[in-house]
Amino acid sequence: MKFLVAAFLFFATAAQAALAPGTLSDLAQETRARALQKELRCVVCQGESVDESGALIAADIRRLIRERIAAGESDAQIKDYLVGRYGDFILMKPPLEPNTWLLWFGPVAVLLIGSAVGAVVVIRASRQSKITK
Amino acid sequence: MTAEIGQLSLTLALALSLVMAAAGLSGARVTAGVSRRVASNSAMGLLVFIVLAFATLEYASIVSDFSILNVANNSSLAKPLLYKITGVWGNHEGSMLLWVLVLALYTAAIALAKRGSDRLTSAALGIQGLLAAAFLIFILFTSNPFLRIDPPPFDGAGLNPLLQDLGLAVHPPTLYIGYVGLSASFAYAAAALITRELDAAWARAARPFMLAAWIALTIGITLGSWWAYYELGWGGFWFWDPVENASLMPWLVGTALLHSALATERTGAFRTWTLLLSIAAFSLSLIGTFLVRSGVLTSVHSFANDPERGTFILIMLVLAIGGALALFAWRAPSLETGSAFEPVSRETALLANNVLLVTAAATVFLGTLYPLFLDAFTGTKISVGPPFFAVTFVPVFVVLLILLPLGPRLAWHRSAIVEAVRPLIPALGVALIAAAIVSAIADTHVLVAAGAFGLAAWVISASFLDLYKRPVKTAAAFAVAIAHAGLGVTLMGVAETTLWRAETLSLLGPGETAQVGPYTLTMGKIERADGSNYAAIRADIHVSKGGTAIATLTPAKRVYPLEQQETAETAIRTNGVSDLYLALGDERGIGHFIVRAYYNPLAPFIWFGGAIMALGGLTSLWGRLRARSAQPAADAVAAE
Repeated sequence: MKFLVAAFLFFATAAQAALAPGTLSDLAQETRARALQKELRCVVCQGESVDESGALIAADIRRLIRERIAAGESDAQIKDYLVGRYGDFILMKPPLEPNTWLLWFGPVAVLLIGSAVGAVVVIRASRQSKITK
Repeated sequence: MTAEIGQLSLTLALALSLVMAAAGLSGARVTAGVSRRVASNSAMGLLVFIVLAFATLEYASIVSDFSILNVANNSSLAKPLLYKITGVWGNHEGSMLLWVLVLALYTAAIALAKRGSDRLTSAALGIQGLLAAAFLIFILFTSNPFLRIDPPPFDGAGLNPLLQDLGLAVHPPTLYIGYVGLSASFAYAAAALITRELDAAWARAARPFMLAAWIALTIGITLGSWWAYYELGWGGFWFWDPVENASLMPWLVGTALLHSALATERTGAFRTWTLLLSIAAFSLSLIGTFLVRSGVLTSVHSFANDPERGTFILIMLVLAIGGALALFAWRAPSLETGSAFEPVSRETALLANNVLLVTAAATVFLGTLYPLFLDAFTGTKISVGPPFFAVTFVPVFVVLLILLPLGPRLAWHRSAIVEAVRPLIPALGVALIAAAIVSAIADTHVLVAAGAFGLAAWVISASFLDLYKRPVKTAAAFAVAIAHAGLGVTLMGVAETTLWRAETLSLLGPGETAQVGPYTLTMGKIERADGSNYAAIRADIHVSKGGTAIATLTPAKRVYPLEQQETAETAIRTNGVSDLYLALGDERGIGHFIVRAYYNPLAPFIWFGGAIMALGGLTSLWGRLRARSAQPAADAVAAE
């Protein structure tokens, strides 16, 4: 009987670990952990986040995030640590650095140039409209 | 014998496409009538031979002729008949053949439509001939589906299990009808630059093709998103995956094109801009094909890739896009006449629409390609995922949606803002009420949810209000209201599913329960449920709500031994307003399985909205084709 209980406990805890490595009891902390793992990429997967990946390394990172949150580290500290180990590749949102300026400011530039050209077109068309009238 | 018929058909098709290119392009200069007939007949011949080649490959797949390498690599005896038929385009060679088949269909449609002058049609067919020739050379020399293998294997290698699904069987053809449909407006744009014929008749000739392509892209993207939702087992509907982005870019630019071409047709405004968008939309289709087919991406969709082929597609890409842009730079300045409209007018609204849609497309373009370029040139690897698009793409679309209801209210040339907007005041009221109700019932993400719902209510109610206020309710007016409302419906689905989804990960043995959203799940019996080419485990999960039993869902997990792959067969119960989504995971401990459960409120609206948008497009196309019987006579009068 004792053996059965022990076996059950063993399987239950093993399963629990594989599922969600030690869900944090503090709801705010758990919410932080979930938000953080959505912003991190599973480094061996194809475009999946750490949050949704079934890969072992993703489970390790989920556990690491919870350990460090429980130890009182900030989100930025945890991210810095992971970037130090895996590089910027692990961030789903690339940092703003000289080599990502084009990525971040490109859309803004398109919007500004487009608006400027659009404004010129409208001004010209409105002049044209007054002449023909 | 089958492979030889296919090979011969492709070769003859290549010869005919070259004849079509030569005849069509010469028709732009001289004796257009004769050239047009030669090019049109070549187009018909091209269609016949491509259909023959495609049918040959289908036949080989259905009878499991493993002496053909392509069939041996991608099929197997045990594969169900349906997937023997649809599996033909589930691999690289077959999907390229499908691409050319759709191209041949559009080319034949251009030849038969008899829209536009002889010179314009000739030139457009000439361009289509060049495209067909390029793709046929690509198929014959790098991706030949009819290569033999000796000795033939006893059984084939099978098809990727993820592709053995009805959704994915119809997804690629739909998407290709969209991608390749943009080749028609590209051909008409190039033809306009060659012949300098760019008038309302041009816009009338090209528009049905733009519409057909846009409808197909809308349906294709919607189906793709739905497939990812139920097949990948993560409960997500859009992953900002490079392959998804590759289909979104032509859609965004195609949407801009539809709006810009409207102004060109009605008032002659934005002529050269419309041409440039036609070129850009198809260029993005080609880039999408390159991204997916060359293997430069590693994403969930890159099933069939081979870097060797990338070089060839890249050369084709540079020639087609570079050639078209050079032609544009050379001829466009002489075609621009300038337009006359007041700052408050429909034209200005369409201009704003275009600036925002092009910005959105540029955002997706950079987000998709920048990591590839950075890696290629500096070796630095970065990831661009959903959080990037949440802060770049989403704000642009929010502004677009806020302004969207105003556009259809404004008159061409000049309009009075107050009179145009006043009828929309009730819509503003509906939006505020919707936002208030949502903020009252929401317990998380209150502000964002209220904003999103208010915005969706604004777009939907304003669309119908605009239609109601119109004195003459044409098919075009219905089309605008339906398509715009569809966008609002999709927004509701996207917002609520993203903000309020409930998700439970649990380990369940028989009799054990878990809670997700308002539902209680109880694990029932777990049993084997093998199919002809897979082994599977299926779980009965009893669903109840507030103590009353509602249904029993049976998610399953399949293992395909031949392909050595697992798939999750999700079980989704939808009531049209929300989805309960169950996926069965691995066994942990004896008789205990991981069950991933999601409660996705309003998720079905995402795809309803896509379908409604496509319906709007169909309404517009129907209106045009119906009005057409009256049109040739008017064109004939105008031409004389």
